[in-house]
Amino acid sequence: MDVLLLQAVKSVATADVNSSINYLPIVLQLLVAIGIVVLMMTGTHLLGPKRKTEDKLKNFESGIDAVGNARQPMAIKYFLVAILFVLFDVEVIFFYPYAVNFRALGWEGFLAVLGFVGFFLVGFIYIIKKGALSWED
Amino acid sequence: MNVTQILFWLLSALTVFSALVVITRKNPVYSVLWLIITFISISGHYILLNAQFLAVVNVIVYAGAIMVLFLFVIMLMNLNADAEPQKNKWLQFAGVIAGGCLALVIIAALKNVDAKARIAETGSDIGLIENLGKVLFTQYVLPFEISSVLFLSAMVGAVVIGKKN
Repeated sequence: MDVLLLQAVKSVATADVNSSINYLPIVLQLLVAIGIVVLMMTGTHLLGPKRKTEDKLKNFESGIDAVGNARQPMAIKYFLVAILFVLFDVEVIFFYPYAVNFRALGWEGFLAVLGFVGFFLVGFIYIIKKGALSWED
Repeated sequence: MNVTQILFWLLSALTVFSALVVITRKNPVYSVLWLIITFISISGHYILLNAQFLAVVNVIVYAGAIMVLFLFVIMLMNLNADAEPQKNKWLQFAGVIAGGCLALVIIAALKNVDAKARIAETGSDIGLIENLGKVLFTQYVLPFEISSVLFLSAMVGAVVIGKKN
């Protein structure tokens, strides 16, 4: 198994796809991603010129002058959309173990999932009817 | 020490350290960001236990979605410096007492546990997605259906609380 060349998956795939060792490439990718960010940040910090004028230190807001305070309470509509997203997110996650066992479970599993999705559909119709996702009041 | 043990200790240290940073930061946004690191290192523990579905769900739902909700909650509050809550000495004292009592109870409860009997089988395949799906859709199909009712109630609750009329 050649860890450094990321070829572990290919050689192991036929024998045992599901062992924890196969997550090593993901860990390596994570480390490379973090490493690049750290390298870039420290590199620019050390190499770049520092001219601290008032204009340079100002917060950048797409070129226009900064207006008002960023620390103000925001509308609860965002929260409502986010929490509804989380619920449907979890619904989709339950499809994953079903999709893996799709053939083995047959019609019985299909009906179980259909009932599960049916409840969510009722909730979705409720949300649409209540206008919870419409942005303008 | 083999690789698994080294990884376990690294992840444990990272988890405890980031969890401590979460509760010591003054700025709640930093706390949330460190909480993401805590969740991701707990996901690493799940992968070491071969519970891969749990690890993936933990990253997607907790580190992804729930943390966004946490950030929204923080942004719903007023975080200006003058709006900082007054630090009450007695409140802090009571918090230390209450937390100390909880720690005492947990330590006392864990002291009598036979740890050898509770060790998870790291080599087992019970946490894999395929096996989990088989058990979930045959043996535990009723709790699975009931969980959708729970989601329905959560939706209704969120809409009722969040929507004006």
